[in-house]
Amino acid sequence: MVKNVLLTLFCLAVLGSGGFAVIAYRSEISPISASDLRVFDPEVVEQGRLMAAAGFCAECHSVPGNAPYAGGYAMETGFGTLYSTNITPDPETGIGAWSEEAFLRAMHEGVDREGRHLFPAFPYDHFTLMTKADVRAIYAYLMTEVEPVAASVPENGLPFPMNFRIWQAGWKLLFVDLGRFEPEPDKSADWNRGAYLVEGATHCGACHTPRNLLGAEIRSKDFGGAAIDRWIAPALTADNPAAIRWTAEDFTEYLKTGVTRAHGVAAGPMAPVVHAGLQKLPDNDLKAIGTYLGDVVGEPQSEAEIEAAIETSLRAGRPSTGYRLDLGERLYASACAACHYNATQIVPGRPDLGINSVTRLDAPDNLVQVILNGVGNEEGMAGVVMPGFRAALSDDEVAAISAYLRASRTEFTPWPDLAATVSRIRNSNAH
Amino acid sequence: MISLKVNGRNFSLDMDPDTPLLWALRDELDMTGTKFGCGIGMCGACTVHVGGRATRACITFIRDVEGAEVTTIEGLDPQGNHPVQEAWRNLRVPQCGYCQSGQIMQAAALLRDIPDPGDDDIDAVMTGNLCRCMTYPRIRNAVREAATVMKGN
Repeated sequence: MVKNVLLTLFCLAVLGSGGFAVIAYRSEISPISASDLRVFDPEVVEQGRLMAAAGFCAECHSVPGNAPYAGGYAMETGFGTLYSTNITPDPETGIGAWSEEAFLRAMHEGVDREGRHLFPAFPYDHFTLMTKADVRAIYAYLMTEVEPVAASVPENGLPFPMNFRIWQAGWKLLFVDLGRFEPEPDKSADWNRGAYLVEGATHCGACHTPRNLLGAEIRSKDFGGAAIDRWIAPALTADNPAAIRWTAEDFTEYLKTGVTRAHGVAAGPMAPVVHAGLQKLPDNDLKAIGTYLGDVVGEPQSEAEIEAAIETSLRAGRPSTGYRLDLGERLYASACAACHYNATQIVPGRPDLGINSVTRLDAPDNLVQVILNGVGNEEGMAGVVMPGFRAALSDDEVAAISAYLRASRTEFTPWPDLAATVSRIRNSNAH
Repeated sequence: MISLKVNGRNFSLDMDPDTPLLWALRDELDMTGTKFGCGIGMCGACTVHVGGRATRACITFIRDVEGAEVTTIEGLDPQGNHPVQEAWRNLRVPQCGYCQSGQIMQAAALLRDIPDPGDDDIDAVMTGNLCRCMTYPRIRNAVREAATVMKGN
């Protein structure tokens, strides 16, 4: 009995893995040589250049400082480090031996020319939505406009057993709907063009959508924001925390220029996406992307709400005026507190002005006299001198210090007409 | 003639009694450690001690300090090893250095009168000594360190 059960399980396992092997198997596509390449229509090549920019292919398929598209860019995936491949038309180390069919299969199914499953760090789960015409155009561009560079890339750093590419076939079964983009009939042509670009070539969700434990984008959290390369790719939905909600026009402007009036700029990993990528797209494509992403965000805020958010931000950024309000307090801190300050007890020679009569008399004359003329060595405390500020401070400034002391050190009413009093005293005893 | 006592030495100066002390120190006595900053007693670069109190030399007339004890940065310690100066060196406080003799003189006077200053006390007393290199955090640290050393002594 036990024997029969074990035998059955064994047979199921063999059949199962055999079946999986059949599903996972992809044949090699024969290599081509340069002479097999057909001549491409220049308009197709140009279309390919734009689509390669839309997908900012060069960003991941290049290492800064090295030849473009020669691969070797390290991607820290959480499972291990993957290195992008050389996609220049070099026959040995690049894709020079790839036929158009092989390139199409890689973009649409995530399988390389030799029949090996590609890791989804290459976002074929997005590129599968692209039309054959657009993929072929990219092929035409890469094969004719990009210099072939013989450059091998480092071995991927995936640990056993994740380095077995056959598992990728299972990953595809679980997480990827292979197939072309299907327009929404009840949406505008503009919206559908944007959706086609965003979900396909520009693969925005590859960074802006959070991924599950197995590294697949979580469909229920589309564009919900995610961590990438030690940066945060913020949400492209209404959950984006910016104080002003992004609009269709914002997205368009941002992808064209790298900046909007109110939001952050395209920096870090987003910088090349804009500046070496989407910026090159024609205006109507950028407008379409804006239309689609604007719809993802939802209803724009009213002008009044936007103005209120701007006003709040501007107000928060203004320096506190508190430190400027009291000129007297500032001047006291600069000119007087070096001596006229005590910590826990009054030290002789550091007169504390809350007790001294000068601040508490009905008239400010004595205080003003001392500020203007100081206290020489032959006066006051032997050996200690206070300089006069007659030449240093204006009438208004002396008045401000006096008013500050009167208000802060005493409970008495302010002295009236202080500046005029200072002026009279100054002129009555000019040295 | 005006008689001045600077760093323990007596000098007779044939100068206008309304000459600022800073001029006498720098131009007549050749003590150029004390600096000219704003000229109106607002920046602290010219701070010296008169009777042990921090005093702005640029607006203090020599007639007012006749008979008083004036101390400049040159006389704070014969070897330049006042605890404040040592703390200043240990913590590498100065950047361009222009304000630093004034800062040191102010700090030394502060610690003489308030031996155990809190940060608020340091800020209150030192706020009048400006530093355009913004070395304020190091200045505050050095005042604290000097205070600790001086209490230990």
